[in-house]
Amino acid sequence: MRNFMAIFNRELKSYFSSPIAYVVIGLFLLISGVFYYLIVSNFVQVCMRADMQAQMYRMAPPKLNVNMMAIRPILHNMSLFALFFLPLITMRLYSDEKKTGTIELLMTSPVTNLQTILGKFSAGAVLYLVMLLATSIFMILLFIFGKPELGPVLTGYLGLFLLGLSYIAFGLFFSSLTDNQIVAAVSTVAFILFFWAIGWVSGFVSPALGGIFENFSLIGHFDDFAKGVLDTKHIVFYLSFITMGLFLSNISIESARWRGK
Amino acid sequence: MIEVQQITRFFGRVKAVDNVSFQVEKGEILGFLGPNAAGKTTTMRILTTYLPATHGRATVAGYNVHTDSMKVREHIGYMPENPPLYQEMRVIDFLNFVAKIKGVGAKNIGSAVTEVMGKTDIENVKNRVIKQLSKGYKQRVGLAQALVHNPDVLILDEPTVGLDPKQIIEVRELIKSLAGDHTIILSTHILPEVSMTCERVVIIDKGKVVAEDTPDNLTKALAGAERLNLVVKGPKDKIAEKLTSLQDINLITSTARKNDLVNIQIESKTKEDSRPLIAKTIIDSGWDLYELKSEGVSLEDVFLHVTTREEGTGQ
Repeated sequence: MRNFMAIFNRELKSYFSSPIAYVVIGLFLLISGVFYYLIVSNFVQVCMRADMQAQMYRMAPPKLNVNMMAIRPILHNMSLFALFFLPLITMRLYSDEKKTGTIELLMTSPVTNLQTILGKFSAGAVLYLVMLLATSIFMILLFIFGKPELGPVLTGYLGLFLLGLSYIAFGLFFSSLTDNQIVAAVSTVAFILFFWAIGWVSGFVSPALGGIFENFSLIGHFDDFAKGVLDTKHIVFYLSFITMGLFLSNISIESARWRGK
Repeated sequence: MIEVQQITRFFGRVKAVDNVSFQVEKGEILGFLGPNAAGKTTTMRILTTYLPATHGRATVAGYNVHTDSMKVREHIGYMPENPPLYQEMRVIDFLNFVAKIKGVGAKNIGSAVTEVMGKTDIENVKNRVIKQLSKGYKQRVGLAQALVHNPDVLILDEPTVGLDPKQIIEVRELIKSLAGDHTIILSTHILPEVSMTCERVVIIDKGKVVAEDTPDNLTKALAGAERLNLVVKGPKDKIAEKLTSLQDINLITSTARKNDLVNIQIESKTKEDSRPLIAKTIIDSGWDLYELKSEGVSLEDVFLHVTTREEGTGQ
């Protein structure tokens, strides 16, 4: 636990004592904010048009759902932006240690690989959590000026968090494979995009095969969270995905030791 | 304290370390000497548990480096060739971090870090970011990092590389002062360093141990072929002829200088000092002896001798 905390603290401090954390969080907020603005203003226009039509035909104004028409697309957008931003914070986790030689310090100190991996993973997770918490301002504004349901927002954020942790776990794995940060980031994005898009194939293959592909889709499991449905199936999927990433990182580090790389 | 038994390590098909065995007693400083790419770093990495050996067994402080690697890690301080430093950290934060992961108790971290900064003389830069330090200071922070948990065994890979002469002397003094309490392995390809700091030397070449002894014994073993430089006044060829007629004496070079003086270099393989005999021979022949000097044998000669023997180019 002590070792884990030491590694975790060091990683977290190094994010915030370099520009990485600020640039990544800032740009993530900027891009999410732009899309938030577009989605919400579009929603407001739709509402106004619906009101005017209702008045014209002397009908009761329709009830448009802000959760479905604004919050859900916003959450989906953020899940996509996270795909491009999180690899930028995981790429250095091991690559940098390999490049500068500090890995020799870690690997000759009485710290297990697991403690190191969990420490680094958790530091990335906390940085991501800060990112998500910062976006809550978008939701707070919606709650001030509208009446959205709280439940789907909370499950949506839980889904977003679990999805992001899956990115981070595999980002860590790809970082452990190379001493080049760019290679680590690009392979992470490519890998996640593959598991993101794998569900789309299901329409073109046999239903049995399609079902399998759909079940492997990272974003497919996110849909229910965004809708406000909390299903253990999806939670188990993400937790397995995360465990797999961490497990592969451990194997990769152990094998690098044997190969002498 | 350290026992290495027939360690071999392959990288793919390349044998980096080939059947290396040696021992280091408690409190001793062992010099690990070899040309570049001889397998020094690999051997040290095996001892520090950074790399596993392909074959063979090694124990440090009584623990097997393979099966008890966590125990071994608690007992060693390791300074790799490139000091492992987190560039963006401040010196004191870095040392606190290292103390924590090396298992120094929470209460003792402060005093351990202060003590080691005193030993390595980096107190005055403790609040600086490591990135901004000079090479010499970085090297000392690297040494502090290896010492912070007061380990029984210190493994230092070329600790004086990149330092200026004054710093080199300081680091050597520091290392010497650590012997006794700590068992030290020090690798280097700088020979005077070994003769100045180490009690025993292991010379390694192409992954194999080629010699192992104290620096004195190693030089004595080779002293059988002593070199002598002479300056004599007389006819060059006749002097050479006369000297080579003596038993166990070979001529290496003879060059004529101004005023009939001749520079002669000879190699003597006699058991006793051959200088009186040579002096007598020259005087008896009626020539004048201006200079007679034994070159002695330095560790450089031993090193060259043992590391070039295989090609048959050794003397």
